[in-house]
Amino acid sequence: MAYSEKVLDHYTNPLNVGTLDKSKTNVGTGLVGAPECGDVMRLQIEVDEATGIIKDAKFKTFGCGSAIASSSVATEWLKGKSVDDAIKIDNMEIVEELNLPPVKIHCSVLAEDAIKAAVNDYRVKNGLPEIKFDDSIVH
Amino acid sequence: MLKFPIYLDHNATTPCDPRVVEAMIPFFTNNFGNAASRNHPFGWVAEEAVDYAREQVAKLIGADPKEVIFTSGATEADNLAIKGVYEMYASKGNHIITCNIEHKAVLDTCKHIEKEGGEVTYLKVKDNGLIDLAELEAAIKPTTILIAIMYANNEIGTVMPMKEISAIARKHGVLVFSDATQAVGKIPVDVNKDGIDLLAMTAHKMYGPKGVGALYVRRKNPRVKVTAQMDGGGHERGMRSGTLNVPGIVGFGKACELCLQEMDADAKRLSGLRDKLETALLKMEESYLNGDKEHRLPHVSNISFKYVEGEGLMMGFNKNIAVSSGSACTSASLEPSYVLKALGLGDDLAHSSLRFGLGRFTTEDQIDYTIEQVTNTVNKLREMSPLWEMFKEGVDMNSIEWAHH
Ligand SMILES: Cc1ncc(COP(=O)(O)O)c(C=O)c1O
Ligand code: FES
Repeated sequence: MAYSEKVLDHYTNPLNVGTLDKSKTNVGTGLVGAPECGDVMRLQIEVDEATGIIKDAKFKTFGCGSAIASSSVATEWLKGKSVDDAIKIDNMEIVEELNLPPVKIHCSVLAEDAIKAAVNDYRVKNGLPEIKFDDSIVH
Repeated sequence: MLKFPIYLDHNATTPCDPRVVEAMIPFFTNNFGNAASRNHPFGWVAEEAVDYAREQVAKLIGADPKEVIFTSGATEADNLAIKGVYEMYASKGNHIITCNIEHKAVLDTCKHIEKEGGEVTYLKVKDNGLIDLAELEAAIKPTTILIAIMYANNEIGTVMPMKEISAIARKHGVLVFSDATQAVGKIPVDVNKDGIDLLAMTAHKMYGPKGVGALYVRRKNPRVKVTAQMDGGGHERGMRSGTLNVPGIVGFGKACELCLQEMDADAKRLSGLRDKLETALLKMEESYLNGDKEHRLPHVSNISFKYVEGEGLMMGFNKNIAVSSGSACTSASLEPSYVLKALGLGDDLAHSSLRFGLGRFTTEDQIDYTIEQVTNTVNKLREMSPLWEMFKEGVDMNSIEWAHH
């Protein structure tokens, strides 16, 4: 199975690889997956407290090329979004952006879940209730 | 000058040696006869070519030509051996012993036997990929008719102690079948010295064409018989019907002849290159060799690079270098390699593995380039890996609470 150009691009030059200071109250961290299923993604957001806008996002991913590309796309899309809009990112948008084949859809689900986990971590740190999400549906 | 892509996946298949192709060509055109046509020169030429190839194949494994049954490959030979013995020796018993790192062609055939009412014991290999001989002997019962243990494993290259296995089998009057697909032509295999009664092999792993292989079936001490799995014209002494693939068989024979001549030199050269590759890659932190360092094929190395995922790793260089991985991400089932898991590797290590399979046309330049590319990609991906970061910070991975996924 050949990879799409876009997956290759993001894999070769991933955007936003890195680590934010998770002890800061305006940083939310989502760590999803488990080594057992092969995919581990850590996605972090840094929120501008005055505006509620995400001013930076970083990731580190242990996974296949599609998982790395999904995290790269997701972090790029997060920057400039409000925290509330962030959780509207749907994994299928990532699938479309990267032309992921059916077996690679779960890699994009991981990115969606990582966003939600990061947002919830941010909310809890700032005294807001955790949002209950429906279990991810693998489309 | 390096030419890309570089092929280091010789356990999956090998290129045809040009000398093999040359031997085959006349049998597609001028000498196209059916080897079963007994009454004209076209048939005679084909039959003669098949007989000659049968001798070439037999010689490589120390067999008599009459003991070689041509098949479409090792999968068919595995099926014919196991199902054929199971049916032929039904009055003697219904128990088969095999092991948990066999190729799917053996394991799934055994599953089939179980559905038919047979009983199968799957021995668990030790951490080094070899079976425990005491366990093997303990598993034998009065109803045991066959021990099916592979000669060499396709993923990790470990070589089983066939002589010791067959000595135990002899003692208890049980037949030995070995899937020797990965071993024949690479290391010395001799059905008599090794005490093997049935042996499967395939041409495309030894610089011959795809779609042709053989089952060796012993004719003396003891005389072994298998029930045919393909009914028809009664070719191959009734054990495998179907018009013989004459060009394929000619190529297979030539491939065997070349292996016999060049095996020692190839093995020596390739183990040197393999050791160079392996030593360089194992110098990296947290990289581990899978399988047994002593008892193994000369041209294979399977290494896990902890904290990076195998498919992601291959993607870093697979435009230029072809290898394979035990990672789940490369398999349709999203399950990591059952062979690596059978060695007791955790999912994390199984996921992080690459198999390097060198071959007759592998050069030192290719190995040098591979060392450089793999090292760079591992380092790059570790910088991107949350697990590597945690490892470096001394976080205990087992203590992490994962967000629900
Ligand atoms: C150990 C082993 N057995 C059987 C096979 C199947 O061989 P064939 O492709 O000739 O059916 C292979 C090759 O994939 C193998 O490595
Ligand atoms: S992370 Fe394993 S398939 Fe994507």
